[in-house]
Amino acid sequence: MSNKKHAIVNVRLLDPATDTDTVGGVLIEAGKILDWGEHIKADEMPEGCEIEDGGGHCLIPGLVDAHAYLCEPGKEHRETMQTAGLAAAAGGITTINAFPATEPVIDDPSLVEMVRRRAAVSCPVNIAITGALTKGLQGLEMAELGLLSEAGVVAFSDGQYAINDINLMRRALAYSTMFEKPIIVHAEEPYLAGSGMMTGGRTATFMGLKSIPAAAEAILVERDIRLVAMTGARWHAAHLSTADALNSIRRAKDQQINVTAGTAPHYHALNDLEVGEYRTFARVSPPLRTEEDRMAVVAAIADGTIDVISSQHLPQSADSKRLPFAQAKPGVIGLETMLPVSLRLYHNEQIGLLSLLRSMTVAPAKLLGLDAGSLAPGKSADICLFDLNKPWKVDGSNLLSKSKNTAFDGHLLQGRVLKTWVQGNPVFEYKD
Amino acid sequence: MTHIDETRFAHRHLLDIARLSAADIDTLLNVAEGYVSKSRAGDKKHSLLRGRTQINLFFENSTRTRTSFELAGKRLGADVINMSVGSSSVKKGETLIDTAMTLNAMHPDVLVIRHSDSGAPHLLAQKVDCAVINAGDGSHEHPTQALLDALTIRNHKGKLAGLTVAICGDILHSRVARSNIALLNIMGARVRIVGPTTLIPSNAKTLGVEVYHSMKEGLKDADIVMMLRLQTERMQGAFVPSIREYFHYFGLDKEKLSVARDDVMIMHPGPMNRGVEIDSEIADDLNISLINEQVEMGVAVRMACLDLLSRGDQS
Repeated sequence: MSNKKHAIVNVRLLDPATDTDTVGGVLIEAGKILDWGEHIKADEMPEGCEIEDGGGHCLIPGLVDAHAYLCEPGKEHRETMQTAGLAAAAGGITTINAFPATEPVIDDPSLVEMVRRRAAVSCPVNIAITGALTKGLQGLEMAELGLLSEAGVVAFSDGQYAINDINLMRRALAYSTMFEKPIIVHAEEPYLAGSGMMTGGRTATFMGLKSIPAAAEAILVERDIRLVAMTGARWHAAHLSTADALNSIRRAKDQQINVTAGTAPHYHALNDLEVGEYRTFARVSPPLRTEEDRMAVVAAIADGTIDVISSQHLPQSADSKRLPFAQAKPGVIGLETMLPVSLRLYHNEQIGLLSLLRSMTVAPAKLLGLDAGSLAPGKSADICLFDLNKPWKVDGSNLLSKSKNTAFDGHLLQGRVLKTWVQGNPVFEYKD
Repeated sequence: MTHIDETRFAHRHLLDIARLSAADIDTLLNVAEGYVSKSRAGDKKHSLLRGRTQINLFFENSTRTRTSFELAGKRLGADVINMSVGSSSVKKGETLIDTAMTLNAMHPDVLVIRHSDSGAPHLLAQKVDCAVINAGDGSHEHPTQALLDALTIRNHKGKLAGLTVAICGDILHSRVARSNIALLNIMGARVRIVGPTTLIPSNAKTLGVEVYHSMKEGLKDADIVMMLRLQTERMQGAFVPSIREYFHYFGLDKEKLSVARDDVMIMHPGPMNRGVEIDSEIADDLNISLINEQVEMGVAVRMACLDLLSRGDQS
């Protein structure tokens, strides 16, 4: 990194951590934010300082994506830390929380060390690591939460699998309190979910696809809320999608129970009609819900019931998607589109810009205990410049992720990342 | 031979520590102390319980406790019968009460029972005419273990009151822990329990202890550290993730022990899992380990229990 001072001026500074929305600039030195605010202007910078004009666009702390699958090690044909990092940078994300569903599963401290080293040399953005909650993600035996924690994981999760055994869940929650790290859950009652692939409702019935009742989500959320109340553990629902489950979270928060909730852009932007002619790129887990549920997700983001928006980036190769709907693998990529898709909520006047950005910066940073997601002096200069209004059409084949399974192919979006810096170094720059 | 101590013991059975008074415990320990030297003598055999019958009824496998009770009874001159579950009618489906009534008809003077269900000795005591000694019931109590631990501590520290005792490991399932917590509280010691959140009852504080989940904090300035055995079936992912993680956080080694008092002593009820809850370097260090002495005190304490419980029915 360059030790030279570097200023980005003439930008709209948006820092959710301090509720700041003002015009000014950021001064960077040695990879860190030296100063920021209204007083950072081109004509007031010291001599020798490199000055970059932001053209009045929005400058924000780099986004923290609390939930993504990077596929490395073991599934490099779908994604690598490098391709995921490039896609993230293009989406304004400077820290990715990598989930442990790799091969081998990240359930051993030595693997955490390996991933960290690999990320340092090959990934252009920061990688945080979530360790497995159970050995091999099998849901049978607790993983070594303590040793994983010492190796540096920021959370524990079994990714796409809910813990079926309620006693195991109780003990894992109790055990995790010793390490003060959150358990991130896939909130879906496994027996009710079964081999279902669509949300229960008219569309699934009409199409003849096996369905998962919306209640499967609320049942698991309610179960876990009671276990959290018993154990005092930190618990986060990775991606909620139904009105019922969100009401449960709302009640739990009112009762001061230590739970937080997340969702993904596809749950606030799409509903089950997106499946259309059996489009497997719209197959996700949990499934896309009805319009009523989608509206409930939007309302929950607006009222703070949902704390975090994360990409739930899950690359799938073309051959695992080019199959009959029932056989296709669930999952969509989302690193590059998380911000622009979520900006719809702002453009539709459903949520304020700072509140929306909070769910992708300070809120996930707080959840994961990361020193990221804000613009304070001394922080690593992980920042993103974006054009709030620029319209564009998503073309899956142009996305940087190695797999192209986006649910937003052909969608018109408003807002585009122009440039992303990690530790003061540019890692992405938009070219028309 | 005459009694070592003329004190009367106001209990018909020894079912748990919780119902004993400080005076009861003092009496038991004082009488036991006398039996220590007698057990070290060449001629260990006495006639105090001559003609009496002691039945050891073990529904759970045990080597050291059963042997200890057998030796205690024999050294006092009693006729000792061992019944273990493998060879008994229990295997044929007999209920606990039927077994008790059958044995009762043979007029034993003392029944020593170990059972995997908490409260089994209490049920037995309601049904038989003789004294019942609890040699361990489920996760409830193991009173003679707590007494032998107390005697061992008293030998070295001269007292129990005011000492800081840290009991470490699987508190949730441990009858040894419950008996020791009760005894040490009655005698005025300060009791701490240390273990992972999964192996400590969530309302443990109601037992009158300080709860710690870190050895460094729990062992600070401790006079006595008692380690508990971690059952194999609890090691692999159910209550703790692995042996290596358990040892890393809760296995007693020199480093974790360094925060305790300089004259700290280590205890373990046995059998030990070396490298799981205790490092061999500590277990075998005769300057700090009381583990072998605990076994010796066990025989003396059980002799004292048999002695005191037999006095009541003479009168």
